[in-house]
Amino acid sequence: MIEGISIYEILSLSSVLFFIGIYGFFTRENLIMVLMSIELILNAAAINFVIINTYLYPDFLQGAIFSIFIIALAAAETALAIAIIINLYKLVSSVEVKDTEIMKY
Amino acid sequence: MNYSYVIAIPLIPLALFLLLGLFSKKIPPSISGWIGSLGLGTSFALSLYTAYHYYIEAKVNGIYQTFVYKQTWLAFSDKLHIDMGVLIDPISVMMLIVVTTISFMVHLYSRGYMKGDDGYTRFFAYLALFSFSMLGLVLATNLFQIYIFWELVGASSFLLIGYYYTKPSAVAAAKKAFIVTRFADLGFLIGILVVSYYSGTFDFSELNNPEGFMISNWASTSFMGLSVFTWGLLLIFMGGAGKSAMLPFHIWLPDAMEGPTPVSALIHAATMVVAGVYLVARLFPAFYFVEDGFALTIVAYVGAISSLFAAIIALTQNDIKRVLAFSTMSQIGYMMLALGVSKYDGHEGLGFMASMFHLFTHAMFKALLFLAAGSVIHAIHSNYLKDMGGLRKYMPVTHITFLIAALSISGVPGFAGFFSKDEILAAAYEHDMLIYISSVAVAGLTALYMFRLYFGIFWGKDTQYEHIPHESPWSMTLPMLFLAVMSVVGGYIHFSEFVSADHIPFEAHLNYSLAAIASGVGILGIIIAYILYKKETNLPDKISNTFGVTYKWAYHKFYFDEIYLFVTKRIIFGLVAAPMAWFDKYVVDATMVSIGNMTVSFSNKIKGLQSGKFQDYAMAFISGGVILAIVIFYLWL
Repeated sequence: MIEGISIYEILSLSSVLFFIGIYGFFTRENLIMVLMSIELILNAAAINFVIINTYLYPDFLQGAIFSIFIIALAAAETALAIAIIINLYKLVSSVEVKDTEIMKY
Repeated sequence: MNYSYVIAIPLIPLALFLLLGLFSKKIPPSISGWIGSLGLGTSFALSLYTAYHYYIEAKVNGIYQTFVYKQTWLAFSDKLHIDMGVLIDPISVMMLIVVTTISFMVHLYSRGYMKGDDGYTRFFAYLALFSFSMLGLVLATNLFQIYIFWELVGASSFLLIGYYYTKPSAVAAAKKAFIVTRFADLGFLIGILVVSYYSGTFDFSELNNPEGFMISNWASTSFMGLSVFTWGLLLIFMGGAGKSAMLPFHIWLPDAMEGPTPVSALIHAATMVVAGVYLVARLFPAFYFVEDGFALTIVAYVGAISSLFAAIIALTQNDIKRVLAFSTMSQIGYMMLALGVSKYDGHEGLGFMASMFHLFTHAMFKALLFLAAGSVIHAIHSNYLKDMGGLRKYMPVTHITFLIAALSISGVPGFAGFFSKDEILAAAYEHDMLIYISSVAVAGLTALYMFRLYFGIFWGKDTQYEHIPHESPWSMTLPMLFLAVMSVVGGYIHFSEFVSADHIPFEAHLNYSLAAIASGVGILGIIIAYILYKKETNLPDKISNTFGVTYKWAYHKFYFDEIYLFVTKRIIFGLVAAPMAWFDKYVVDATMVSIGNMTVSFSNKIKGLQSGKFQDYAMAFISGGVILAIVIFYLWL
């Protein structure tokens, strides 16, 4: 519970964050930027978990714990993605999305 | 007396086959021949022991008893089960003697004949397999067991004909023998199923029982004007005709001569080819009683026609083994016709006894003829009469033994063939005049072609040989001498005291007037052969020219092979198989191929959707999810 701020405002914030992430995911040309957009989406989801837990079910902790899971998951996923991107870079000397089309049909 | 030890007689060759077959690379040729011969020698001794005890002790009230030792092998229901076992009765004991004697002699002979051959041990393994299958066939207690061993002898015959598997003609002959007999065996199998379905049993003792269902109820079922059982028996006889090279299934036998000569002696002269005769004899009461012997009449005429037909062809052939092959076919025709004209009781069953008698003596002298021919071929490395002549000087033992066998098969008085042939002719004379006349003609032809062979090989022109031919080693001549003795004394056995259709011994006497006619015709044949072939003259050519077309037809075996080729190639392949192949290729295949092609071309068109950009895929995924969500939202809410 944060004084003076209702749940709608915070949910609006996370929605904005989520759609920025989606937009970034589809439009960025750089793989690193795409990865950052994915992080934004995950963060929006994490905020939602925490906020809904705090405002609607103050006596429970599942939402908070889940957000910690999401953070851990995001870290692991980022490590994996970075490893893939580095290997891709070795192969095509670029981290641009348009240079990753070598695997189509 | 317990005869269950008889099971060991076929099992010894089986053990030999496994031993020699599995370790054929490990066992040196020097001992594998001895192992095989010793094993068969043991079987031979056991058979003699069995025969001695059986023929002396097995009579109760003057009737030979039948002993059956069996175990249920496959039980389908209470009534329908397939047994495995041994059946001891006069003809099976007689066949045991024939098979083990010839097999033992051929084993001994092969040690000399096959010496130095690459597949020496393999050869003995095959011989053992064949001996096992043939003995199993002889001892079978029911139709199904005999069928199993029937196929096994067919398979071992296939292996042995194709023994020289690098020779294309041997491979072709092996395939031909297998396919032709297999085709006839199809009839056999259908016959077994028909007979057992209607009579409810596979057992010989049930089928042959005069009070049994089949014999007492044959009239209860009918199909196309004949009893179903008659059809069944005729189909079974079709299998027998295939194995015994009766018309029209004889075409494989001459080609089977591509195998090694000892194999021809064992399988294609003495044992396997008489399996058809044995089969009819085994089911003789059934053949005789069902439909008043209608099927038996067919057997008689098939035998008589085959006999005459083969004798005519044998006159014109130049390959000595082929002459002997056609002679075998002709003599088996004799056995068939003797069975066919036979009745059941007492002296009326003379034909049955004569057939078995001739089977016995024929096995001895025909195996001897083949072994002697093998000895000649071994010496001069050719099968053809034109390469032979004057060999009596070089090969005295072969000459004498061949002469004895030839005299025996020609029915010269005093030799074994005379006695058995006389019984056959007497039986034919009593029951069917037409068959009798053709048989007498065959007797003359037999003497003629046999002595054409004899004079052609051992007298005739003085051929100049590149290598001086020399007599074969003792390992080969000893079995020949033994069989030569059997070809004489075999005829003095009082066969009717041992073998008869109803198991009751009877007295068979020589019919002197008939015997005189038969041996007169035989001696006439020998005299003609003496005039024509003793010295090299142009008389035979002149005579064959006067016969013209007939001679040409006989020389080409009456074009039976060509007819078969025509039927299979032109009619079956051309009119049935080729349209079906066309349908398969252009309708069935084409449908499947065009479905495949359509898939390929369609996917070629839409492959552009796969851009390789993961963002496009994600876009498609998410918009798909959104659309789905909207649809679900509107449908359910």
